[in-house]
Amino acid sequence: MPDTGATVKATRRGKPRENLAGWGFIAPFGILFILFMLVPVLWGIYLSFTNQSLTGAGGELIGFSNYAEALADPDMWRSMLNTVWFTVLSTVPLVVIALALALLVNTGLPGQWLWRLSFFMPYLLASTVVSLIWVWLYNPQLGLFNTVLGWFGVDPITWLQDPDLAMLSVVITTVWWTIGFNFLLYLAALQNIPDSQYEAASLDGAGRWRSLFSITIPQLGSTTVMVVILQLLASLKVFDQIYQMTGGGPAGTTRSAIQYIFETGFTGFRFGYSSAISYIFFVLIIVVSVIQFRITARRSA
Amino acid sequence: MSTMTQHLTVPAGGRSAASIAPAKRRKLGPAGISALVVLIVLAAAWLLPFFWAIVTSLKSETDAASATLWPAHGFTFDAYAKVLAEGNVPIWAWNSLFTSALITAITVLTSALAAYAFSRMRFRGQKWAYIVAIAAIAVPPQVLIVPLFYEMLAMNFVDTYWGLILPQAVQPIIVLILKQFFDQIPIELEEAARVDGASRLRVFTSIVMPLSRPILAAASIFVFVWAWNNFLWPFIIINDPQLMTLPVGLQTVKSAYGIQYAQNMAMAILAALPLIIVFLFFQRQIIKGIATTGFGGQ
Repeated sequence: MPDTGATVKATRRGKPRENLAGWGFIAPFGILFILFMLVPVLWGIYLSFTNQSLTGAGGELIGFSNYAEALADPDMWRSMLNTVWFTVLSTVPLVVIALALALLVNTGLPGQWLWRLSFFMPYLLASTVVSLIWVWLYNPQLGLFNTVLGWFGVDPITWLQDPDLAMLSVVITTVWWTIGFNFLLYLAALQNIPDSQYEAASLDGAGRWRSLFSITIPQLGSTTVMVVILQLLASLKVFDQIYQMTGGGPAGTTRSAIQYIFETGFTGFRFGYSSAISYIFFVLIIVVSVIQFRITARRSA
Repeated sequence: MSTMTQHLTVPAGGRSAASIAPAKRRKLGPAGISALVVLIVLAAAWLLPFFWAIVTSLKSETDAASATLWPAHGFTFDAYAKVLAEGNVPIWAWNSLFTSALITAITVLTSALAAYAFSRMRFRGQKWAYIVAIAAIAVPPQVLIVPLFYEMLAMNFVDTYWGLILPQAVQPIIVLILKQFFDQIPIELEEAARVDGASRLRVFTSIVMPLSRPILAAASIFVFVWAWNNFLWPFIIINDPQLMTLPVGLQTVKSAYGIQYAQNMAMAILAALPLIIVFLFFQRQIIKGIATTGFGGQ
């Protein structure tokens, strides 16, 4: 936007019609934006300093006491840690397996549409459908997993009811459900690598593995950065599938930050407190993003 | 923020169009055959949950309650018939279709207008308006649920289509993506029309929009899938079973169906079917759209 020149400024000031038209174009989006984005952001900040309840009671300003209470609330910390743990557990396989699948599919094997369909289709399912199917798969007595394990004499596993296994089970479901998106991003990136590079490498006597590590993986650098950033942000916002599969249990081991925000607000009726936790969670997301950008910036510098 | 923007635009700009061309066929060597075997196993693993759900939905309830891979008493459509006859599934499907289509139309249309203004027009306050709109991309919608619900209470939008649709029709990221596409359209195409006296709106509707069809399609598909599958907001704002979308409706009856596994699975299959059919028809466009826009939510 080279709009710093004096002439541009002069025309800008001298053209009220263009000002009017510009704002006219922005207005439909702008009105929705102000009503449903800006107002709630600001209202939420205000609410977080009040003792507002869902029932309309309260509403007095109480300073920072919601924040003080939240920071001393073990359940809040637990839900944040669960969220971070879910993010750590899910991000690695969702990036690595997606890359592996894309590399396999991109080797030019027949049946491209079938591979894409198999790995991408789960991404189109609603969280409710995914949790319906997977709770059934995980069913201790009738589920497919325990049935198959039973053939090998393995005792039934209580996938979603075991505090040590519940989060891992949810992560497995999430990998199945959402990997198609990362897979597609990698597939698109792979097909943008010029063939000439591989031809040159094979003339120099480089084998498949050599080409993979010297050409393919480095060329995918910017895609990997993007996939990791998007995955971290998506994983931090986890709620739907966990809420539907375990309800946050057993014993709170899978309760996510967003579930805690939801519960304090809509079942605990504490809007002010819930808003304060929302903003603490928002700060967590910003911190993760900043760390991520730092690491990325250093690597590409 | 700028770092993120750059990364987001990598697939959209330059090398762009990330056409998922069918990869070149080579002769299958031993490496190729082993890769094919690995792929077949993995694809089977990925499809297995679907297969299991379909088989279960076609069992009688007695068969469904025993852990067999194949129904002992043959296949039946009973579960589907029951779900369609008793449940609200058809109403929920209609609500999902209607609200997702409207959310998509409002989002893409208002975003395109705004993106055009940000890309092509020069006016007072433009820079600040753009910064505010783009900064909002960083705000996770989930953080807004409490104040947004409170606002809906004040506006009397709880348990209405308005409350369901309007808050979901604001997607600043779509503005960003469309603006970046508009930035790449050669300005000469518009200048001729402007010199001939065409208004901004006319240039927008008869030159810019037709040129942007691929990116508008990609954005539409993306917003539609996202709206169709969204759970948290519809779950919060709607209590009336007649106004529920599929994901929320299914969540509420899941426990009501309790141990009727075949009916549960029939519901899951019915709810998944529309998007899977859409995907089968528009596979190429959907994949291209997602690959070119290069971002997404869950």
